[in-house]
Amino acid sequence: MAAVNRKKVSVTRILVIILIVIITFVYMVPLLFVIDTSFKPWTMIKEWPPRIFFKPSIAPYIRIFTARTVYPPGTTLTQEQIDNMTWYQKIVYQESNEEIVRRGDFPLRYLNSLIITVVSTAITILMATFAAYAFSRFKIRGKNDILFFILSTRMLPAVVVLIPIFLMFRKLGLGDNHIGMIILYTAFNLSFAVWVLKGFIDEIPIEYEEAAMVDGYTRFQTFWKIIVPQAMTGIAATAVFCFIFSWNEFGFAFIMTKSRAQTIPPWLPYQMGVLGYDWGAAAAGAVLFIIPALVFTIILRKNLVRGITFGAIRK
Amino acid sequence: MLRGRKENTSTELQYRALSDQALIRAFVLPTIVLLVFVNIFPLFWSLILSFSNFTAKFPLVWGKNPKFLGIEQYIRLLADPAIWGRFITTAKYVILSVGGEMILGFGLALLLQIKFKGREVITTLLVLPMTMSPVIVGLMWKLFYDPNWGMFNYLLGLGKIDWATDIKYNLYAAVIADVWMWTPFVMLLALAGLGAIPQYLYEAAEVDRASWWHKFTKITLPMVWPLLLVALIFRTMEAFKVFDIAMGISGRGATAPQLLSIYLYDTAFVNWKTGVGSALGYIVLIMIIAITNIFIKYLNKAKQ
Repeated sequence: MAAVNRKKVSVTRILVIILIVIITFVYMVPLLFVIDTSFKPWTMIKEWPPRIFFKPSIAPYIRIFTARTVYPPGTTLTQEQIDNMTWYQKIVYQESNEEIVRRGDFPLRYLNSLIITVVSTAITILMATFAAYAFSRFKIRGKNDILFFILSTRMLPAVVVLIPIFLMFRKLGLGDNHIGMIILYTAFNLSFAVWVLKGFIDEIPIEYEEAAMVDGYTRFQTFWKIIVPQAMTGIAATAVFCFIFSWNEFGFAFIMTKSRAQTIPPWLPYQMGVLGYDWGAAAAGAVLFIIPALVFTIILRKNLVRGITFGAIRK
Repeated sequence: MLRGRKENTSTELQYRALSDQALIRAFVLPTIVLLVFVNIFPLFWSLILSFSNFTAKFPLVWGKNPKFLGIEQYIRLLADPAIWGRFITTAKYVILSVGGEMILGFGLALLLQIKFKGREVITTLLVLPMTMSPVIVGLMWKLFYDPNWGMFNYLLGLGKIDWATDIKYNLYAAVIADVWMWTPFVMLLALAGLGAIPQYLYEAAEVDRASWWHKFTKITLPMVWPLLLVALIFRTMEAFKVFDIAMGISGRGATAPQLLSIYLYDTAFVNWKTGVGSALGYIVLIMIIAITNIFIKYLNKAKQ
């Protein structure tokens, strides 16, 4: 009887595992389709039924990096002209009959995303580590109220504060400006970072600091030499979360930036090429854009629950 | 512990306590100042704007732009059936997407309770959509939905439904993408909750020969319920103000789903009715606070 029971259990077990694998695969289909499209040759993108297997082409990635014009109909290039082309010019010419005229906007937008995200994350972490330490270790009058105030700023619908910020930044010359965006994203992430970091610092036994202070360390030295190294994992995890939030942010960037400081999220979905919306290039851009966030997610996986609940749940 | 130290009267430690005060200020003030500057000050500013007809398109002329309307603006907005129509659409969006996420997320978490090799890889893969940019997720789904070359209709054998721009379907298109993106969020929280259930409860139930259903309703569900509520609160708040997924799929204007949040953006930043936009923003804010408060009451009850 027992043996039969065990067999039954292991059969259900295997069935459940198979089910999980199937679900995961189905779940990945939209993502896989985008990756698939980002390697599709020009002529196959608009085919019906959609083709899944084909000889992959790098052309969509060249197209997202460049601005091009179509050769006028009937133009035939001489063999010499074709021979003089660089490899990427040749690929684009052969696939979509286009001439590369200059570098596209994508690299600059990507760079904007990178600069704004990295700088704001660094400043957020610096400020938040200081604040979190103070909130964790000192008796501060009205501490819980201040902490709740800090949290509540994150829960606001962004648009309520966005209107005055827009007016204010316009006056200060911070509209469509890297510094303006860095200030915004720092403030946007600060509440989150303070809460999560406070949780991490709370977990460090206070005895370490007391011992160090007995040894003659000043308060700041204990903070810098004891707490910061101890909290490094937490600080790194929080930084990665701030990076992901800023990297993905759309609402602020959409309203505040038009060109000079524009990041990828408000730019990529609204790009019309000369031949209509270029889905291959868009898919390539999307893939390049989500790679950092995906890599960081994989690094973060142990701390995800903690991050998404603002440190409320520590697994 | 720190209070203990301050009671010590040796001069050196007094000096240290004094510098502690300075240290607290130096550590906390930058954060508070920035948050006041970027959050609290604008919050009050937009409250004042919400009582006016201000438009950011034209220069400031006191008495004309802005002219103060008092509570009139709110009354006008709340009496507008178009606003209520959008509110109902938003409510539909919230109920469908959050409902879908709760059911699927909890279901996935239940399945993933089995320990097997590669479980962590599977969990990580499932979590990936959550950390992508919502507007890019919208863009990806727009491609996936496309009636002429997208995979969605083809795989489901649905013919040529134009999910992105047909107003009959675009709300559901956004709901499906939202569910895809945020189900992992609920799943993660449910997994954390399930992992925290002490095993001896199940063993005791086993001794009593309790049925699977009995164990589920009497042990699993009550134990995970607080965390599911946390997920529900987070997701409802977010879904209520979401617009980036929908805007990634359908763009704006006539082809976009008639969500309150998209209308808010159009009012404030396309039509430049800054005052009206602020008032709408406050209406949304109050709705979110009211709804979350109801949930938090349930949460506190569930925790007891």
